[in-house]
Amino acid sequence: MLGRLTEGLSARTLILLTLLLAVLLAAPFFASDYLLTVLILILYFAYVGQAWNIMMGFAGHLSLGHALYVGLGAYTAAALYVHYGIGPWIGLLVAIPIAALAGAFIGYLAFRFKVGGVYFAILTIAFAEFARVGFDHLAWTKGSSGLFLPVAQYSKNDLWHLRGQPVMFYYVLLVAVVAAFIGCRALLQSRIGYFWLAIREDEEAARSAGIDTFRYKMIAVVISAAMTSFAGVIYAFYYNNLFPEQVFHISRSIEIILGPIVGGVGTLFGPILGAFVLTGLAESLTEGLHAIGIDIPGAKQVFYGICLLFVIMALPDGVWPWVKRRLGLSERAP
Amino acid sequence: MSALLSVEGVSKRFRGLLAVDKVSFEVPEGGIYAVIGPNGAGKTTLFNMIAGVHSPDGGAITFGGERIDGLPPNEICQRGIGRTFQIVRPFPALSVEDNVIVGALMKRRDVTAARAHAHEVMRRLDLYDKRAQRASSMTLPDRKRLEVARALATDPKLLLLDEVMAGLRPTETDRIVGILRDINKESGLTILLIEHVMRAVMALAQHIVVLHHGANIAEGAPQAVVRDKAVIDSYLGAEAI
Ligand SMILES: Nc1ncnc2c1ncn2[C@@H]1O[C@H](COP(=O)(O)OP(=O)(O)O)[C@@H](O)[C@H]1O
Ligand SMILES: [Mg+2]
Repeated sequence: MLGRLTEGLSARTLILLTLLLAVLLAAPFFASDYLLTVLILILYFAYVGQAWNIMMGFAGHLSLGHALYVGLGAYTAAALYVHYGIGPWIGLLVAIPIAALAGAFIGYLAFRFKVGGVYFAILTIAFAEFARVGFDHLAWTKGSSGLFLPVAQYSKNDLWHLRGQPVMFYYVLLVAVVAAFIGCRALLQSRIGYFWLAIREDEEAARSAGIDTFRYKMIAVVISAAMTSFAGVIYAFYYNNLFPEQVFHISRSIEIILGPIVGGVGTLFGPILGAFVLTGLAESLTEGLHAIGIDIPGAKQVFYGICLLFVIMALPDGVWPWVKRRLGLSERAP
Repeated sequence: MSALLSVEGVSKRFRGLLAVDKVSFEVPEGGIYAVIGPNGAGKTTLFNMIAGVHSPDGGAITFGGERIDGLPPNEICQRGIGRTFQIVRPFPALSVEDNVIVGALMKRRDVTAARAHAHEVMRRLDLYDKRAQRASSMTLPDRKRLEVARALATDPKLLLLDEVMAGLRPTETDRIVGILRDINKESGLTILLIEHVMRAVMALAQHIVVLHHGANIAEGAPQAVVRDKAVIDSYLGAEAI
């Protein structure tokens, strides 16, 4: 099992991965409350970025509506908890099929009727928007006035009900990121992974090589949607409030894709590195500007934009391929 | 010899243009057949119908006794027809090895088995030493052989080759001719090739089909076809003989 897991990784890669994992495991013992919330955000984006990357980086289809799956996961688990006291892990068992079904529906529409490229992206935006408007009027989830989870001061962490301190969410997300990384790596090295890359590279050539492209694109969108909905469940129980206006907003979908783009679309480590770079950058900008007393509204966003522009212009394939060369990791490393 | 592929009165119209006009011919199992004709004659369109990219407006295509016209390309490949593209289209960002593995995975569930098969195919086509290269960084002759390798890796019974020798130097052409002839001899693979390079056609083909303005204007043994008056007038010109 461990042999298969580490197959194809150089000793150097393994050491660095182990070190990174050790640092992340130990981080809560040293991090301030503020830093811990930043790290939680980073892990959240690393996880959803990984899920989105399956669609875009592996199968070559740009989704600009992944907030839909986050939102479906969040609302399903939260509503089940609020109305019936059903815990998040059982809720997850309902949330995943719902998100997967939504993904399958969008995928079916798009792939059956050969909607590709920018039109596919627009279709995904449209469905996230439908959900935003729809949930605004859905009484069961309290519409636009927002769905709130009961909160109290928790003296101990209740993992089963996800009620407790940030540090609990940190570890849950860390496990999710590690599992997503391992899972995506296994997928990429499997038959499905090869077929996804072929479809991404040239769909017609892929079909001529015997690949049922419809089927493998469907698998990609369903796995990606299902994975993303888990992040939604965590989101709901971490923030304890959900508004359709926020959860399904297009800016949420854009946030999800920035990490993998900056880190390196289609790479396994890109979404993780991208989340660190972006969230790290955003937070240090906020702190930095605050420290030197600049308090112009929008200054942070402008700086952020400039930094992003720089990264994308200097490293069009993302930061990870460059870092990988710097670290002297082999060509086949993640 | 029974016919592996049979094309019967197949036509294809693009808006006003009749690209392929009631073409019929048969390819026996184990044969090497060639389709020649001037540019725009409809050769690629004919291939695209056999390979499932277009469905014919009329006529029938039978492969191994089964009607295949109108099936999607992936199902036609599954049934045993591999093809290359005139304008090569390997998967650019993938390595040579991964390109061939994709083909090998069609009939194999296990990646390790597919890799082993891909290695065999790459050795055949002199690509093994270049297996780690990205397809996009290869030269044209290498990419043409890569196309053949990916198609061969799917274990086809019939291989459709669309101008794989075009743009190659004579030594490169001879190399591919040699490889194809060996594969045909050893495994009995049936080959149907579109080719302008007459040197290759004459060296390989047992039978030639000539298309002109979409129609089949002549067919037969190579030596007879190149002396055919209609073929010389429309395509070859007198100096080609
Ligand atoms: N997809 C298409 N749509 C419209 N016209 C096409 C298409 N494919 C080929 N044609 C036309 O059909 C004719 C035959 O083309 P083609 O089969 O590529 O010829 P050849 O391969 O013999 O050079 C040409 O006039 C070409 O412009
Ligand atoms: Mg052609």
